[in-house]
Amino acid sequence: MRWLLLKDLQILRRSPLLVVLLVIYPIVIAVLFGLALSGGPEKPRVAFANLVPPGESEFSVGGRTLDAADYAGRLFDSIDPIRVSSREEAIEKVRTGEALGALVLPENATERLRATLGLGGGDAPTVEVYYNAEDPVKRRFVEATIEARLAEANDALSDAVLREAARYIDVIVRGGNVDLPLVGAIEILGLQRSRAIVDSVAAGQPRDSPERVALEQVSRFARLAGDNLDVSRPILASIGSPVKVEQTVVNGSRTPLDAFAVAVVVAVSLMLLTLLLAAGLLALEREDQTFARLVRRLVSRSSLLAEKVVLSALCALVVTLLMLFGLAAFVGLDWSRVPAWLAALLGGALGFAAMGVAIGGLAREVRAASLLAFLLALPIVFLGLVPSGSIDPALFDVVNVVSGLFPFKPTLRALDGAINGGELLLPILHLLALAAVFFVIARVAVRRLA
Amino acid sequence: MRAEALVKRYGTREALRSVSFDVAAGEKVAVIGPNGAGKTTLLQILAGALEPTSGTVSLDAGDVGWVPQHPALYGKLSVAENLRLFARLERVPDVERTVERMLEQTDLRGRAGDEVSRLSGGNRQRVNIALGLLAEPAVLLLDEPSASLDPRQRDRLWQFLSALGTTVLFSTHDVGEAERHADRLLVLADGELLFTGTPAELETATGAAAAAPDFETAFVRFLHDRGH
Repeated sequence: MRWLLLKDLQILRRSPLLVVLLVIYPIVIAVLFGLALSGGPEKPRVAFANLVPPGESEFSVGGRTLDAADYAGRLFDSIDPIRVSSREEAIEKVRTGEALGALVLPENATERLRATLGLGGGDAPTVEVYYNAEDPVKRRFVEATIEARLAEANDALSDAVLREAARYIDVIVRGGNVDLPLVGAIEILGLQRSRAIVDSVAAGQPRDSPERVALEQVSRFARLAGDNLDVSRPILASIGSPVKVEQTVVNGSRTPLDAFAVAVVVAVSLMLLTLLLAAGLLALEREDQTFARLVRRLVSRSSLLAEKVVLSALCALVVTLLMLFGLAAFVGLDWSRVPAWLAALLGGALGFAAMGVAIGGLAREVRAASLLAFLLALPIVFLGLVPSGSIDPALFDVVNVVSGLFPFKPTLRALDGAINGGELLLPILHLLALAAVFFVIARVAVRRLA
Repeated sequence: MRAEALVKRYGTREALRSVSFDVAAGEKVAVIGPNGAGKTTLLQILAGALEPTSGTVSLDAGDVGWVPQHPALYGKLSVAENLRLFARLERVPDVERTVERMLEQTDLRGRAGDEVSRLSGGNRQRVNIALGLLAEPAVLLLDEPSASLDPRQRDRLWQFLSALGTTVLFSTHDVGEAERHADRLLVLADGELLFTGTPAELETATGAAAAAPDFETAFVRFLHDRGH
C-alpha cells in the first residue's frame, strides 16, 4: 500500500491545476454556504410616508407627551426606509419595484390615537401597509418584520397608557397631584385620606345617630374601594405583558450562528474534497487501465480501496483542519477543543472517502465519477440542513432517515459537537458505521471494474 | 500451460464453452477468431484477471505475465517510474537492476524520464509489454498487442518478442500476423475452440489450400464451413 500511496501523491503533485481546483472549489462553495447561513436577509427597502402634519404627531397620555413618529421609527431598525411625502408616491415605489413594501402613517393617525387614549371613542388609528408580492421570500420577511414591529409599537403605547392608568389609581387611593388638560394641576384627596377624615367626623357623632351610620357606610366604601384599587395596579401591569416567554432548548445546543456556519463550511469542504478525491483516484485506475493489472495478483481489491480511502481522507483532513484554524481566528473558536476537531474531521473524512470509492467503483471514468459525486453531494447537503419543524413531520422523518444514510449530517453533528461542545461520540460512531457500509458497497462495485 | 474445460458464462450467455488446450514451453501460440469469439475472455482467465465459471488453468497467475490490450500504465508517471512501481509491487529482488534491464530490452533508455502520456502508441505498448515481463514469467500473454501500432512499430514489436525466447500466447485480429509469427493457432468462434494446430494444418483442414489465394481467405472459408 505504501508504494501505491506514494504513486498517488506523485500523480497529485504532477496535477497542480487539479489539486488547486480540488482545494479551492470546495472552499469557495463552502464559504458561500456559510455566508448564506450566517448572514441574515438583507434589509428590505420600504417606502415610508408620514402624512401626519408637522407638530401634530405628539399626543398626551395623562401628563406625559409622546411622539407617534418615535414608535414608527422603531420599524427602521429592520428595514431600509425610503422617505416619501405622499401615499401615491409610496405606492408607486412599490409598483416600480424600488421598494418591496410601503408604510403609510395617515393624516388622522395621531388624532385618532388621542381620541382612543382620551376615551373619546371612534376608530382606532390605522397604519397602512402596501406589499410587493413579486418576491415571496422577501414579501414574507417584510410582512413578518412590519407585523412584529407594529406589535412592539402597540405594546410600547399600551405600556405607557397602563403606567399612567396605574399612576391615576395610586392618586385616587393615596391622594396627590395630577395634571389635567385645560384644567392644569389639581390636588386629589384620595380614598385613604378621605376615609380618615370621614372616620374622624363619624367618631364625633352620637353612636346611633343616622349621620354616624351614613358616615360609617361612606368609610367602609372608601376602605373597600381603596383596597381593591390597590390590588388592580398589578393586574393592570400584567395586562401590558399578559404572557411572559421562557425559552428552553429541548434538542441540540445553543450554538451561535457563526459557529454553526463554520461547522457547515468545513463539513461541505470536507465532503466535496474527499468525495472528489476518492472517487477520482479510483476511477483514474480504471481510466489508466491499471486496475485490472493491480488486482490480478499485485494487491487485493480491498487493499487498493483502503489505500484510496486513507489517502483521500488524510489529504482532506489536512486541508479542512487548516481551514478550521483559519476560520477559528475570525470566529473565535475554543482552541482547547482541537483534539475534538481532529476526531470529528477524521470520522467525516473516512465516511466521505468510503462513499467516494463507492462512487469511483460505480463510475468507470474520472469525469463520470466527479459528476456522480456532485450529483449526490448537493442534495445530501440540502437534506442535511433541513431543520425540524420546517416541513411536515412525516416528511421530516423521511428526510432524517435519508440524511442518516450519507455522511454529511453526522459529519455536521460531529463538527458542531467538536466546535461547540455538543455530542461527539455518537455521530463519529455513525460515521464509522457508514464508512464500513460504503466500503462494502465499493468492494462489490469494483468487482465489475476488472 | 494447460487449460482444461474452461467455461465462462455472463448470465445466460456463454462466452467460453469448455475450452481445453496445451501450450509447450517456448512455443508462440496465436488465438484468432472473429469479434466476440471470446479471445480476450480466454486471455483474462489465463492471466488470472477473471474467474472462470468452471475449468482449470495449470499455471499460477504469478508465473504468467499479462499484457492487456490497452496499455495499463500511469500516464502521469515516467517510463522508469512506472517500471519501478510495478517492480516493487511484483517484489522483484533488485528493483533498480530490473528497471535497467527492461529499459535496455525495450530500447527506451533515452525516454526513461518522459511521462508515459507523452509517448507514442508504439512506445507505450513497449512499456506495457515490459511491465508484463518484469517478474520474468514463464508465459507471456498478450491481448492484441499490435492493434494500435503502425506497420513499422509492429515489425519492431515482433522482433522484440522473438528475441525474448519466452513462451508467448497472443490474441490478434490480424490472421496474417498469426500466420507469420505463431508456431500454433487456436481458432475460437462464439466461445468454442474450433481448431488447434499450425497455420499449414488450418489450410489443410479447410481443403482450400489450392483454391484460396492467401491464408486470410482460407481462414474465412474455414469459419464459414463451420457455420460462423
